[in-house]
Amino acid sequence: MKPPAFAYYRPETVQEALQLLQKVNDAKILAGGQSLIPMLNMRLARPAAVIDINRLRELTEIQEYPDHLLVGALVRHYQLMESPLVRRFAPVVAEAERHIGHAAIRTRGTIGGSLSHADPAAELPLLATLGDWELHVASATGARVIPAREFFLGYLMTALGADELVTHIRVPKATGVSRFSEFALRAGDFALVSAAVSLNLDAHQKIDHLRLALGGVGETPWREPAIEAHYRGSEASPNLWTVIATEVADLIDPPEDLHASAAYRRQLARALLEKTLAETAADARQTLTKGGPAS
Amino acid sequence: MIPMTLTVNGQSYQLTVEPRWLLADVLREQLHLTGTHLGCEHGVCGACTVLWDGRPVRSCLTLAVTADGANILTIEGLAAEGILHPVQEAFWQEHALQCGFCTPGFILTAVHLLQENPEPTREEIREALAGNLCRCTGYQHIVNAVQRAAAALSDNHGHAPSGQ
Repeated sequence: MKPPAFAYYRPETVQEALQLLQKVNDAKILAGGQSLIPMLNMRLARPAAVIDINRLRELTEIQEYPDHLLVGALVRHYQLMESPLVRRFAPVVAEAERHIGHAAIRTRGTIGGSLSHADPAAELPLLATLGDWELHVASATGARVIPAREFFLGYLMTALGADELVTHIRVPKATGVSRFSEFALRAGDFALVSAAVSLNLDAHQKIDHLRLALGGVGETPWREPAIEAHYRGSEASPNLWTVIATEVADLIDPPEDLHASAAYRRQLARALLEKTLAETAADARQTLTKGGPAS
Repeated sequence: MIPMTLTVNGQSYQLTVEPRWLLADVLREQLHLTGTHLGCEHGVCGACTVLWDGRPVRSCLTLAVTADGANILTIEGLAAEGILHPVQEAFWQEHALQCGFCTPGFILTAVHLLQENPEPTREEIREALAGNLCRCTGYQHIVNAVQRAAAALSDNHGHAPSGQ
């Protein structure tokens, strides 16, 4: 239960890290290490080299722009949870962070690491899918931007090339009211199913903006914009939340494992989605009566 | 081998480590601070929890090299001048341990919890301790101990030893 030997590189700049990624074969990037180090300890991963990016200070900040936050890939979970910018402009992220592992995991784990690891039950990939985050990715030969919905390809698989590094994450400022909920067997465990909703109501209590996402029900976070569009203009009501949640639960094809059957996950998805829709709608109504940012 | 500096329980050490060495192993094998226990060695049991600049980390999920320059508090550094920290005292008073293997991790996790949230509910205590496993006694007495420590710390507000 100790990591195998590996060649160790500790770049001081992003440029240096990218050159190493291009040059060194079979290298794994080490950020917070909360997924990589267990795999090293159990020898499930035996990379020839580890590139430790913890000294890349360029990637440790959260910057505000007019319509989005630009979050450095090395920003740690506890910083997302505590950041005044995140709490103000992407409050659902701070809400969901509370569910990510335990305090000890949040001390070290990073946003870039969580997204690149791409566990389909993890919170940040779900929120990235819900919020249409964009991943800024760089390699020694160039840079590109990957929308979250094109980034997650399968279980622990992403569109990231072997020589590429996620440097920043573009998190649009919330335009709707968003809520998150999940069901896990114990606090800090990976969720069996998680749900996130973003919603706005117009002055007539009709849906103006709707997004729905589910985690833990497939190989990647689930989202289906056609369904969201279908309900635009519908009148908000508890009955509508039941209708939407039931429709979505019938569409998904959740996996079955030791912890839960597919049928149980489907039932959880329906219940969590209905509950989260109701909570989000209650928040959205409050925003309306306060004359807040809802349009 | 890579040179590094580590401050542990207020004392600074110049060390030379292999990149693959875990922080837990450096604490135990190099510095002979064996109060940090290794249970599962993959981040599930919480026995190896130490405080890094005041925040809990799993020392089995941390390469020692990445802690270069860090300020680490282990269970050995918690009692000040022979006087138990209120959390240690409360674990003793409430019989919150049996074999004691998990105890260092529980205590350091609880110290951090009470810094962040001086008056936690039982539910909040359970949630904060969910990443630490005890296989002897169950959690009832541990939760009692954290509540007792919270009360003791609020009585001594401003005078409580913080460990560092």
